Formats: sequence, structure tokens, C-alpha cells
Amino acid sequence: MHIDWSSFTPWPALAGGALIGLAAAAMALLLGRVAGISGILGGLLRPSPGESRWRLAFLIGLLLAPWLVRAAGAMPPLKIEASSGLLIVAGLLVGVGTRYGAGCTSGHGVCGLSRLSGRSLVATLVFMAAGFVTVALVRHGGVL
Amino acid sequence: MNRIRILLAALASGLVFGLGLIVSGMVQPAKVLGFLDLLGAWDPSLALVMGGAIAVGLPTFAWAKRRQAGQQASLLGEPMRLPEARQIDRRLVLGSLLFGVGWGLAGLCPGPALVALGAGSGPAALFVLAMLGSMGLFEWLERRRRP
Repeated sequence: MHIDWSSFTPWPALAGGALIGLAAAAMALLLGRVAGISGILGGLLRPSPGESRWRLAFLIGLLLAPWLVRAAGAMPPLKIEASSGLLIVAGLLVGVGTRYGAGCTSGHGVCGLSRLSGRSLVATLVFMAAGFVTVALVRHGGVL
Repeated sequence: MNRIRILLAALASGLVFGLGLIVSGMVQPAKVLGFLDLLGAWDPSLALVMGGAIAVGLPTFAWAKRRQAGQQASLLGEPMRLPEARQIDRRLVLGSLLFGVGWGLAGLCPGPALVALGAGSGPAALFVLAMLGSMGLFEWLERRRRP
């Protein structure tokens, strides 16, 4: 392992992370909810009274964010290089995995660790380890 | 009036969350995969994104947890509903494992995928469609298990 200093962007990473933390804090303090994207999305597929509108509002904000950045002339071009087949398989795994595991990078990673939840720490360690192993196998193990 | 305030707060939170994902570079799968690639040229940026978020989250979630423990309402008067589950079971571990594999395959997790969809990315739309499909399948299976 060696650090790729040319790709490492410490200041934007910290600043963007602080914005994510601010959004999660606002959801927790103002609405009493965790900003877990998979949970907010999954909850829409299990509609219960009074539970859909705040979820939709949050998701619309998420979808509008690139428009705001684009209006400021600062939106970088997105590069998603995975093939269509791989995107479908990955999407299926992420969908079912985050629902069975009750969270993703935001719900367990950001909010769960901020809450000092042992359950979220385990989830985060497991999905990080699985991600490390998957990328090792794909990029260095000749899998796929 | 309060209903509108709640929806506006949720909308603004989503917007700021999305801005954070764009500013931090986490909407680019290459940045995420660069972090997950421990054996290659490693990009530690994602760790600092988590660090920055948790630095803000620690004191605010401690405050939110105190409100919940004291049976107080949220600042906008909503019931506090932070998760209270503690069990570490097979569902948590297996689910997180599947998520991690999918995350490592494409470099996308739900938040960045939705932001990329909002930016009009076709590949992100395909990913989100598959993700919604399997989330729907999960709901269907859950309803059959516990009607």
C-alpha cells in the first residue's frame, strides 16, 4: 500500500464531511430523525401515514444539490465507469444489503458512529472490510 | 405552519447533505474506489470525509440523544425517533456484507447515487433502479414473513 498523494484531497474532504455532519445534525435536532439515506428511501416503499412527506422533501433536496452547484458553475463532470451489468448487480446488492443491514454509509457510518452505537460500528467495519476485499479481488485478484 | 417548517428543514438538510457529497468528491466512484483500494494507490480522502462529518456529529448527536432520553421533543416539536436497536445479529452482519460488496463493485452507495441521478447521470439511474428494485423485493419478503 502506498498513499496516492496526487488524488488525496484533504481540505475538500474535511469541508464536505463537515457539511454532511451538519445536515445529519439538523435532521437529528430539528426532526428527531437519523439522516440515513437507505432508510429514508426504504421507508417510502413501506408507506405509513405522516411518514412519506419529510422523506420525499429530504430526497428532493439531495437530488437538487447538483443543480445548485451547477448554477454556481462549480459542478464537476461525473465519471461513472462501471459497465451496465456491473451497475445493476451492484445496485441490487446495495439495495437489499442496506435494508437487511438497516443502514448504509450515512445511517451507520456517519450517524451511527456519531451516536457511538456499537451496532453501527460493527456494520461500518463489516461493509468497509467487504468493500476493501471486493476492490482487492477485482483490481488485483483478476476477479471479473 | 409547523408542517411546512418541518418539510423545509428536511429539504434543506437533503440539499446540504448533497452539497457535502459533491464538495467532498464522494459523488465520484473513482474517489470511493481509490479509498477502498488498499493494495493499490490509496486515496485516504473518504476517511477525512467521515472524520469531518463525525466531528460535527458527535456533539450534536449527544445533544439529540439527551433530548430523546429526557422524552423531550425535537427542536421543531417532533417526537425524537433516533434508533435504539442494539442487537448485533446475522441480519446486520450479512446485510452490511452484501452492501459492502455492491459498494466495492461500482463505488456507489445510496447517497452519492441519488445525487448523481439528480445530476442527470444515466449510469446512476440504472444503479438506482436496481437498488429500488431490490429494496422493493426486501419489503415484499418482509411483509410475507411478518404480515
